[in-house]
Amino acid sequence: MADTSKPATRKAAIVGGNRIPFARSNTAYAQASNQDMLTATLDGLVARFGLQGAQVGEVVAGAVLKHARDFNLTRESVLGSTLAATTPAYDIQQACGTGLEAAVLVANKIALGQIESGIAGGVDTTSDAPLAVGDDLRRVLISLNNAKTMGDRLKALAKIRPGQLVPDMPRNAEPRTGLAMGDHAAITAKEWEIGREEQDELAVRSHHNMAAAYERGFFDDLVTPFLGLTRDNNLRPDSSLEKLAKLKPVFGKGEGATMTAANSTPLTDGASAVLLASDEWAAEKGLPVLAHLVDAQTAAVDYVHGGEGLLMAPVYAMPVMLARNGLTLQDFDFYEIHEAFASTVLSTMKAWEDPAFCKEKLGLDAPLGSIDRSKLNVYGSSLAAGHPFAATGGRIVASLAKMLHEAGPGKRGLISICAAGGQGVVAILES
Amino acid sequence: MADWYTNFANSGVGTTLTKQLGLPRPGVLRRYEPGGPLLDGPAVVGSAGQGRLRDTVTAVLRDAGVTVLSPVVADGDAAGEKLGAVVLDATGVSGPADLAAAHDFLAPAIKRLRSNGRVVILTDPPAEAESPAQAAARQAVDGLTRSIGKELRDGSTANAIYVPEGAEAGVAGPLAFFLSGRSAYVDGQGVTLSAADVPAGQDAEKPLAGKVAVVTGAARGIGASIADVMARDGAHVVAVDIPAAGDSLAAVANRIGGTALQLDITAPDAAQRLVEHLRERHGGVDVIVHNAGITRDKLLVNMDAARWNSVMAVNLQAQLDITQALLDGDVLNPGARVVCVSSQSGIAGNRGQTNYAASKAGVIGMVRAWAPAFAERGATINAVAPGFIVTEMTAKMPFGTREVGARLNSLQQGGLPVDVAETIAWLSQPTSAGVNGQTVRVCGQSLLGA
Repeated sequence: MADTSKPATRKAAIVGGNRIPFARSNTAYAQASNQDMLTATLDGLVARFGLQGAQVGEVVAGAVLKHARDFNLTRESVLGSTLAATTPAYDIQQACGTGLEAAVLVANKIALGQIESGIAGGVDTTSDAPLAVGDDLRRVLISLNNAKTMGDRLKALAKIRPGQLVPDMPRNAEPRTGLAMGDHAAITAKEWEIGREEQDELAVRSHHNMAAAYERGFFDDLVTPFLGLTRDNNLRPDSSLEKLAKLKPVFGKGEGATMTAANSTPLTDGASAVLLASDEWAAEKGLPVLAHLVDAQTAAVDYVHGGEGLLMAPVYAMPVMLARNGLTLQDFDFYEIHEAFASTVLSTMKAWEDPAFCKEKLGLDAPLGSIDRSKLNVYGSSLAAGHPFAATGGRIVASLAKMLHEAGPGKRGLISICAAGGQGVVAILES
Repeated sequence: MADWYTNFANSGVGTTLTKQLGLPRPGVLRRYEPGGPLLDGPAVVGSAGQGRLRDTVTAVLRDAGVTVLSPVVADGDAAGEKLGAVVLDATGVSGPADLAAAHDFLAPAIKRLRSNGRVVILTDPPAEAESPAQAAARQAVDGLTRSIGKELRDGSTANAIYVPEGAEAGVAGPLAFFLSGRSAYVDGQGVTLSAADVPAGQDAEKPLAGKVAVVTGAARGIGASIADVMARDGAHVVAVDIPAAGDSLAAVANRIGGTALQLDITAPDAAQRLVEHLRERHGGVDVIVHNAGITRDKLLVNMDAARWNSVMAVNLQAQLDITQALLDGDVLNPGARVVCVSSQSGIAGNRGQTNYAASKAGVIGMVRAWAPAFAERGATINAVAPGFIVTEMTAKMPFGTREVGARLNSLQQGGLPVDVAETIAWLSQPTSAGVNGQTVRVCGQSLLGA
């Protein structure tokens, strides 16, 4: 008997994407807000695909660093864009996994037939970051606001102390360990014996690959200039091993420290968006289908007490997704492993190659094995472009979809993105 | 309005001052507005010789709701109703003697022409005349039209249409253009028609409805204005510009409900990428406007190869390559229109612009040479040659140079980007099928290169 309880699903198509050039913190976009950047990115996408006044099924996006006033960031950006004001939107946040997770959410609704089209995006600024008042001052201000008489107000004001006026600065640190993400990555790099030179090599390759892609016009229909910036300003086409070798380590301690400002991503501002749809919707609008989002998987690790590295969750997500799709790690034409740190990419690949780790931690009979490095981040990744946390997923999805489309039908691409909080998102695209 | 002097000359104090000082008195040009009348007053239609187009002309006017009056015969009958247009059918001239009738008709009629009036003279191409006398009479129309253009004031224009035997069906579109506000800054020009399958009519408000139009260099200036006008006339505009101009390009596309295509037209694969884009997204293309252009001015003796080569690559080679790729890729829809932007510099030459003028003259040669091949597939290829057009670029010119440049024409003012755009949009219309291989100057009858 046929299983009629399971709804028929379809694979969501990736039609295309848009992002603004990424800018190192406090440079070109120092005065731009998350909403400014996301709105401009949506408008660029609208222009590329002629969606003026169109209502798409849903817009899903998010930011990792967010002001309290931006509680409805995505919806507000939609209202400021040229999309129809009747386009629904919601915010999500899964740290650096935000952009890819947004794409997965949109794709799933399309797969279920709940929407025909949608936009997934992400945006982050570390230039226009929110500052919070300390908890002591916050309590005083709330009681001041609640005070009904002048006397109560004066009493509340009298509780303010100079020390309370120092704001809480946002920090790129894990709340439960107090360690910066880079310091966590350095621990993992040491565990997996990742050398300085191989990290620098990966970084140099990222810059060279991305510069070459820009030169050949690969990003012409993926990037729209913003505030005078036409390319990512972190990109160093002339990057070289010699130059990188001169840098002092910034994460990790002592002799064995290997992680520098060049083989780690800088704080970055930027936004990205991806247009997804059913094949029918795309055909009806005369829009291309670059690839389909086939499957995705998240995982999380216990980096607090469980002894696993903070950024190692994608390592765990991968075998689950591969098994579900009957694929091996080698069955792909392109690999996009987010370069949060060069050492993260290298630790991730080393873990998949390690028989003991794969058996003990992943419960596999055999290791996932190695991947062909010539298929890895072939048009550069976050070390070159920079990494505005929530915007990275959209950058990767749109670029990979275009790479697969250029390579022809039936090509497969793999995405792996690590995220704060010990989380990870992986996904498969296919042209 | 960008032209401060025209505004001033038409103000209360300005009118008095400019009159007393004998300064130029540019009129405020009547420009096309959707839904507006073809003319602001009645028209008269006359003939010199036994012309064959009088009925056609009268029909065009009546179809547009214009009252057609009988020819004004009495000399100096200036008391009658002011005229919106004077149209002379001179297709019947067989020799200079027939031109007396032209004078007899035009003189009293033009005396009654109102501001922003129109004079249009139709005759056959001199080259196809049966005798030297007939050729002389037809060629005389050229000098007549240009001189009337120079005598007219207050925004009025005079233009000629040369209609060979068999091309009569193509008269309506060009005639309507020269009568309308679309041709506000086209003055003293002649357009030679050729025989073609011309559709009987088109949507008056949206003549480009359902058409896909590519506009290169659309991010700003004249290109953005072309995109605006094409979209207003009903076209879906594919706005193309270099990736570095992508943000303003997106703004243009979003303003007009078009799409943005970031593409450096000089890239080796640019033509192929454009063809693939048009095929994939639109299944073909109806209109392509080669507007993208750059200047790299230097006196020839001081000009380096980079300046020369970059101007040639953008202004001429890219137009050739893309047009060829559209032909080869078989993406030009039936009735396709190619409109290339040339320049007054390409006709008159310009000091410091050897590269630019050469490239823009090249464009004129290109459309003339390609016209027969386009005619064979029921398509057309034409050029427009803008004169002094008020843009961000001219705003940066020194005051004196700019003001003198702007006045050296019969309309005594610079044109606006929209004037160039309107001419291009007209050449793109279905009923412009009889206009092919032509270069139409949008220069207010500039003294340069005339």
